[in-house]
Amino acid sequence: MSTATATDHSHGGAAHGSVKEYVIGLMLSIVLTAIPFSVLMYDLLTPVLTLTVILVCAIAQIFVQLIFFLHMNSSSEQIWNTTSAVFVVLIVAIVVIGSIWIMEHLNHNMLMGH
Amino acid sequence: MSQSHATGHDEIDHHDHDHHDSGGDTVFGFWIYIMSDCILFATLFATYAVLSGGYAGGLTPKDLFDLNFVAVETALLLFSSFTFGMAMLYANKRHMKGMISWLVVTLALGLGFLGMELYEFYHFSSEGATPQSSAYWSAFYALVATHGLHVLGGCIWMLVLFAHFKRDGFTEDNLVRLSCLSLFWHFLDIIWICVFSVVYLLGVM
Repeated sequence: MSTATATDHSHGGAAHGSVKEYVIGLMLSIVLTAIPFSVLMYDLLTPVLTLTVILVCAIAQIFVQLIFFLHMNSSSEQIWNTTSAVFVVLIVAIVVIGSIWIMEHLNHNMLMGH
Repeated sequence: MSQSHATGHDEIDHHDHDHHDSGGDTVFGFWIYIMSDCILFATLFATYAVLSGGYAGGLTPKDLFDLNFVAVETALLLFSSFTFGMAMLYANKRHMKGMISWLVVTLALGLGFLGMELYEFYHFSSEGATPQSSAYWSAFYALVATHGLHVLGGCIWMLVLFAHFKRDGFTEDNLVRLSCLSLFWHFLDIIWICVFSVVYLLGVM
């Protein structure tokens, strides 16, 4: 364990990267930003497809930055970082989807009352 | 912790890895703070989503949002995330000049972003979209300005770190501080991905 932590320099969230890693991360981020912007600016797709492209690119870019900038991985040193992040994703999903869901129903019921 | 100090002794020449053994807990604690900050932003995003149709007959985002402007803001923040990464690489090599140079570039990009955002708020307000205008604009300013305040906090933190590094050099404490700020800065860029996608791109659709 001690030799692993001495050579593999990623303890508790502070992993080191390399120039190559940052450049790849930057390139992928630029591409994943340019796609949704250009789709919207030049009106390339139907609304449903545009929405899909925007959301897919956003989620993809979040993963790109987590992996290439924040150096998240599944190594044992990072297990608690990853665990807490997965837990937070769950909470965020409940907060966001739950709020939208509840308020949609409320709106709907308010209109029915009239 | 005592165990890691004991093992640290026989790797005295691997000095550059040692600080993480004692700083790892601090950085992990900071990671937990960032996770809680995610929940703060989640509530603001949820509020924004719920109120996203409440224009009260006033201005809509379509009237005001300028995608070219947002693209430049996005580029500034994305490149600042990259330059901070470069600064971290120089910090790992204990290269003071390289680290400070990249941090100064990062700070300049961050301040550029803040300047653009302030200009944007000023522009929107003078067009008649203030936080008081409608539920939509309240939620918009709450969400985007909270992100902006975090960026401002990061910039101030960076200035404080300059002073720390100037005074003490590459001490263990300073490197832990830099690691925390690095996590914070990358995290702000990730939040901005959500902001420009959900607020600006979906807003003009």
